Amino acid sequence: MRLNWFKYSSPATFYPLAGKLIPWFAAVAGVLTLAGLYWGFFHTPDQLGGTNPQKEYYRIIFVHVPAAWMSMWIYLVLAAYSALGLIFNTRLSYMMAKASAPTGAIFTFIALWTGAFWGRTSWGTYWDWDPRLTSELILFFLYAGYIALHSAIDDPRRADKAASLLAIVGMVMIPVIYWSINCPDPTKCSALHQQSAPSQMDGNILASMLLLTFGFWSYSFAAIFMRVRGVILNREADAAWVRTLVENQT
Amino acid sequence: MLEVVDLECRRGDRQLFSGLSFDLSVGTLLHVRGRNGSGKTTLLRAICGLLAADAGEIRWRGESIRALGDDYHEDVLYLGHLNGIKSDLSGIENLRIAATLDGDEADEGRLWRALKHMGLAGFEDLPTKVLSQGQKKRVALARVLVSRAPLWILDEPFTALDVDAVDLLQILIAQHIADDGMVVLTTHQEVPLTSGQIRRLHLGD
Amino acid sequence: MWRSFVCVLGRDITLAMRRRTEVLTTLFFFVIVVSLFPLGVGTEKETLRMLGPGVVWVAALLASMLALERLFSADYEDGTLEQLLMTAQPLPLLVLAKVAAHWLLTGLPLVVIAPLVGLQYHMGDSSVLAMVLSLLVGTPVLSLIGSIGAALTLGVRGGGILLSLLILPLYIPVLVYGAGAVAVGADGLAETQPFFSLLGSFLLLALILSPLAAGAALRISVE
Repeated sequence: MRLNWFKYSSPATFYPLAGKLIPWFAAVAGVLTLAGLYWGFFHTPDQLGGTNPQKEYYRIIFVHVPAAWMSMWIYLVLAAYSALGLIFNTRLSYMMAKASAPTGAIFTFIALWTGAFWGRTSWGTYWDWDPRLTSELILFFLYAGYIALHSAIDDPRRADKAASLLAIVGMVMIPVIYWSINCPDPTKCSALHQQSAPSQMDGNILASMLLLTFGFWSYSFAAIFMRVRGVILNREADAAWVRTLVENQT
Repeated sequence: MLEVVDLECRRGDRQLFSGLSFDLSVGTLLHVRGRNGSGKTTLLRAICGLLAADAGEIRWRGESIRALGDDYHEDVLYLGHLNGIKSDLSGIENLRIAATLDGDEADEGRLWRALKHMGLAGFEDLPTKVLSQGQKKRVALARVLVSRAPLWILDEPFTALDVDAVDLLQILIAQHIADDGMVVLTTHQEVPLTSGQIRRLHLGD
Repeated sequence: MWRSFVCVLGRDITLAMRRRTEVLTTLFFFVIVVSLFPLGVGTEKETLRMLGPGVVWVAALLASMLALERLFSADYEDGTLEQLLMTAQPLPLLVLAKVAAHWLLTGLPLVVIAPLVGLQYHMGDSSVLAMVLSLLVGTPVLSLIGSIGAALTLGVRGGGILLSLLILPLYIPVLVYGAGAVAVGADGLAETQPFFSLLGSFLLLALILSPLAAGAALRISVE
């Protein structure tokens, strides 16, 4: 079966495709997330060893780390769709960008909260300006800015383009911001990733994180597709195919 | 010179017009008419390049205006609803800035004469905020006397003008057409020409 | 082309001079914010000396942001902005001229008044020098990056607050290294060299990229 990608680049054709795919993604998301959580709770050591053993609570990183990864990936997706929209002026690209933002923001939020709880149980404090957590906070602001700008502008076209430009500027600035937070004194840059290289991780921990990551990806597909269908219906309300859809449903 | 091909514009949720096509050659005045909200201003701004149309193309001298970019702007004089003048600056200062940005080496004398021709003698060096609406419009319109652009795009240029000024502007437009210029305008008034042709475009139902 | 740059620069400065309040309000805001901190955190010498770099920089950020709202809005409202978009001159150049005028009117005064703040915060001579230099290099970057936000939020409801939300995250690198330079400056100016290299490269990049982005944003906003 040869997929003709361009066939699905119009809102009218993408709508039914997305509709068919959502239940699959949702199901896969459910399965993978439960599997990941199960694995994480029952097949991993009770303590994270080493010089500073963290108790059972460390398991929250199974949610924290994948959520943080997702928050970053989705911003990339957002920026990519924004760029596609600005370059090719395709309506669907803008719609996908708009639909991705809330999901990304949710993951950032989850990452921040779980990170705070992990900090509380491991180091006794909810927030200690850890560079990576601070960067997550900034990422949250970037998402919030995108969503706020989009909703503040009445004209949907101007809103799409302005928010897209913002997303791209944000994408360019993210490495600079991250670097400046991690390395505030250029003469001595501390190790950027302490004890988190995947090769050093216990196999089971890594496995459960990966399961949850893929679960989150599936969830994202499902959530974003659901949202984009709403956006499509809203924007294309004048189109004939939408009217027939509504007529057939009532 | 100016070709519009299959132009379609939407504003918010409404589709204003679609499949709009016309050609404009030198010495032609295009009079765009239509009810309020029919898309006249949108069309004019699309022709200026300020607005990206949803479909279709606009070409100037055979090339797409998108590709021409700033080169197209050199050939266009746009006067929209807003006067485009700074109220804290005087008429002559405003005109001087407009001329400089047009890349004109216009000498001062020419600018003063332009304002005088527009009936603003004695008011040239007052900050425009103390002028009346009609006088402000005259300052904005003085640009037509200084600009060398062949294509004029005028959105309701006659508003706020008194009878004398209306006559004056009509003469200036007619002269521009006679000199092989082109004008696209929206107005509820008729514009008598001495030569060249008038095309009418009616938007909306 | 150079003539257009000078023309727009001159125009904006002339306009600001005719309504002098704008320039002064930004300056006073900066001074007030800087003066409020000791009242809040205590006036102990050591505390102030430690806080000084950060406080000055945050105040500069906020002052810069306040002034940014008006960068394009006046032109947007009277139609001169669309005329700028309709000239044959490259838009990024005209944007650069406006940002330059904006900086001269709102950023440079902060640089000039900074030594007084140094006095208030008991900062040593080399710290003050580092502060002045960091503001000199950093505030133009703030104006440049801020111009992108100002262009995006033209005419939008809740403009000022929205502008802050959009821009403040982007200001962070300048804040970190600007304040860092001042803090390290206490040990002598030589130590600050890596900070100024970074700030300098920010400035260079911002000079090249911001006008392009702001120009694109202006075209989007005027549609």
